[in-house]
Amino acid sequence: MQPKDISISVKKKDHDGKISGQLPYVSDLKVDSMLYGVLYRSPVAYGKVQSIQLPPLPEGYTKIGAEHIPGANFVKLLHKDQPIFANEWVNYIGEPIFMLVGPRLDVLHQLIENVHVKIDEHPATYTLEHAIQQKDHTGVFAQHEFGESLDVIQAIEQKAHQIIEEEYETGYQEHVYLEPQGMLGIYKENEILVEGSMQCLYYVKNALISALACEDDEVRVIQSPTGGGFGGKEDFPSMMACHVAIAAKVVKKPVMLLFERAEDMEVTTKRHPAKFKYRTAIDKQGNILCMKVEVYLDSGANAGLSPVVLQRALLNSAGVYNIPHFYAKGYALKTHTVPNGAFRGFGAPQSFAGIESHLGHLSRLVKRDPIEYKRSYLVKQGDPTITNGRFRDPVLLDDMIEDVMRTMDYAKKKQEIHHFNQQNKRYKKGMGASFFLHGCGFTGSGERDHIKATVKLAKTEKDQVLIKISNADIGQGVLTTLSKIVAQGLDLRYESISFPYPDTKEVPDSGPTVASRTTMIVGKLLERAASKLKAQWQSGVAQEVEEHYVHEEMIPWDEEKFSGDAYPAYSWGINWVELEVDTLTGNVRLEKVYGSFDIGKAIDERIVKGQIDGGMAQGLAYGFMEKMTAKLGKIQQRSISDYGPPTAMDMVPIESKLYDNPYAGGPYGAKGVGELPLTGGAPAVQAAIEDALEIPFYQIPITPEVIIESLTRKAGEALD
Amino acid sequence: MIKFHLNGKEVETKAPPTARLIDVLREEFNLIGSKEGCGDGECGACSVHVNTLVQNSCLIPIGAIEGSEIVTIDGFCKTEQFRILSDCYSQTGGVQCGFCIPGMVMASAALLSKNPHPTEEEIRDGISGNLCRCTGYNMIVDAIDLAAKKGEGLW
Repeated sequence: MQPKDISISVKKKDHDGKISGQLPYVSDLKVDSMLYGVLYRSPVAYGKVQSIQLPPLPEGYTKIGAEHIPGANFVKLLHKDQPIFANEWVNYIGEPIFMLVGPRLDVLHQLIENVHVKIDEHPATYTLEHAIQQKDHTGVFAQHEFGESLDVIQAIEQKAHQIIEEEYETGYQEHVYLEPQGMLGIYKENEILVEGSMQCLYYVKNALISALACEDDEVRVIQSPTGGGFGGKEDFPSMMACHVAIAAKVVKKPVMLLFERAEDMEVTTKRHPAKFKYRTAIDKQGNILCMKVEVYLDSGANAGLSPVVLQRALLNSAGVYNIPHFYAKGYALKTHTVPNGAFRGFGAPQSFAGIESHLGHLSRLVKRDPIEYKRSYLVKQGDPTITNGRFRDPVLLDDMIEDVMRTMDYAKKKQEIHHFNQQNKRYKKGMGASFFLHGCGFTGSGERDHIKATVKLAKTEKDQVLIKISNADIGQGVLTTLSKIVAQGLDLRYESISFPYPDTKEVPDSGPTVASRTTMIVGKLLERAASKLKAQWQSGVAQEVEEHYVHEEMIPWDEEKFSGDAYPAYSWGINWVELEVDTLTGNVRLEKVYGSFDIGKAIDERIVKGQIDGGMAQGLAYGFMEKMTAKLGKIQQRSISDYGPPTAMDMVPIESKLYDNPYAGGPYGAKGVGELPLTGGAPAVQAAIEDALEIPFYQIPITPEVIIESLTRKAGEALD
Repeated sequence: MIKFHLNGKEVETKAPPTARLIDVLREEFNLIGSKEGCGDGECGACSVHVNTLVQNSCLIPIGAIEGSEIVTIDGFCKTEQFRILSDCYSQTGGVQCGFCIPGMVMASAALLSKNPHPTEEEIRDGISGNLCRCTGYNMIVDAIDLAAKKGEGLW
């Protein structure tokens, strides 16, 4: 029998439970004698706690604070700088100082309102700009520098025809997963069980072992069905897990911590705001001679994942281009604002917005078509990466561009737009493209040195096969795709593979659900496990097989020198956007969107297209709709509509196309999918708005206010 | 005591008139299908039908629904219309994380009942009160369009 093409879509494992509303998320759980928790949060950005005065607590209500933490008072991640409860210094508005637990939420909220905490306020660093100014003295979480020597660059610049300097800024992005964060801690005689909405079970478990100073078998973590993550449930849930676990241990009862939307928006991690400085030398024909890039990330109040986000931002700082004599340096900087963390793309969307913008501006400056200009610098198979790794596999980018240009009839479209804009004063149309990639899996040697993933497949006596891994379905469909990979390997029906929500008591650490690694890395291990199980298959006998990550040696990654192969494989994408700008209101209306992607081989085409649609919607909106700001350390957007993620009315159909380019290191040729589709949205929108208005922009989001301001400035300049 | 019809049955509650409908549904009647995404009437995850109109149950004080006909996803999921919508959502790929979906389905059904042959624009308008962060909406729009055709005569 010819094996079924794995790309053919199937009904998703969790479809029925989700669509009927009967699959319980953490907020749907009710446990006997369950208490709720409400956190008291710092009202100041930076200061020293002097005293805490509580109202009289009714019976059954308890304060849980730093004094109750059996282990170390920090959330275990990379640095030891994020307190579980800030008992001395507070470093951002919203930082948890203690938690009240008790049976009724309304009573808890009332009690919290009557708490008096005296904090001695100190001068805070509120903005990235301020952090950049003082970076030589303080506040640097991480920094890297690499590429061409500055002497060589200086020599090239001296002979250059022109040197172009630009600054570029990107704002916060909020995840707005529809399910707010939630965590339940359950006390048992020999064990603390934590159940909740999360992406990374073993991050949570390791944080709990550290906080509770307990043995491995004294904590247990179960993932609840998770209503969206996008990175927002990568690092943040560990802190909430510590809160409910410590509380449950003290009161010996289950403790539920559920965030309301406003709280979720104010205090959970967001995409790092970033600033870029470009300095590029060109010759008379407009060719790039050398380029210097500086990257600054606003990490917020603690390091969190910022050092790793900075790495990915830097690794993508030259985009998909082979730029001669390229140099980059970057900093992750501390401010007294809400800590920023993982968000789909992990530093790359900021970098791509910046470099795509810069190359677009260069092309206009030297009067060349932006598409043609960018194409002349595209990396090819065998080219070095900016860290002297290699693009080892076929790069289809140029063919993909050619293909979509043919489909849309680029030259004709350009003419039509030109014609329309000549005829219309108020409405202006524009078209723009972005070209991008995503390095799949952990950066550098992370998989080999830190994650060391293990997967298991178990078979019962009834020949039922069970997937045992710690990766979480957060909506991206891994319950389905990974089951398909195992079924294909075992020649079984996909429906016969079971994949329960992971529980650390049952599953090994197959790594976190991040970095577009689940399908490619964990999927590959499952593919190998399936073929191992198939080889030893004994009907009617319970069996278990295990597989461990094996590192494929490339050009070794050196984190200090920032050199070598940062990723085993790359996924690629291009976005094209056609839109119309109302020059009276500054409103932007999308008209047509194309997305072409090389993600190796689609494990389930419909699921991949769902990732593309959803990722592109987030990426496009990042470019012109979603605006979040902090004022004196306080997040200003406390509701979804203040922030403005897209509704169905804002989106248009996306014409997406997949290009088969199987990767030998991935299951059935698959590469990473999750993050890539977000990356190109914003730069394509920006390019299209610039095309429509013939004005350069130096920031995203390009909101109506930004457009009107730029148009007014342009009109003023024309008068001068 | 407030009396109303819930998923076809006559029920009553002693909840104070200011209690939110969503809380009464979830806490008192243990109907977990209506999800709370914002508590502000902005996301639509808690959408229910009140006398056939789609409404956010987080915004409705229970006192306001005396005598009304309330249908939630927990009851609606036993209908033929639901079966069609469920199949169509599955076929087009409309469900990812699933948190918005029960509300989205209630909005889809209300839209189709009012307008059995909606255009794409009308579908987008019809679900514009329901946020989804995973799908970018297109597969949901396709699902509703497909359900209009497959469920011809049902709406």
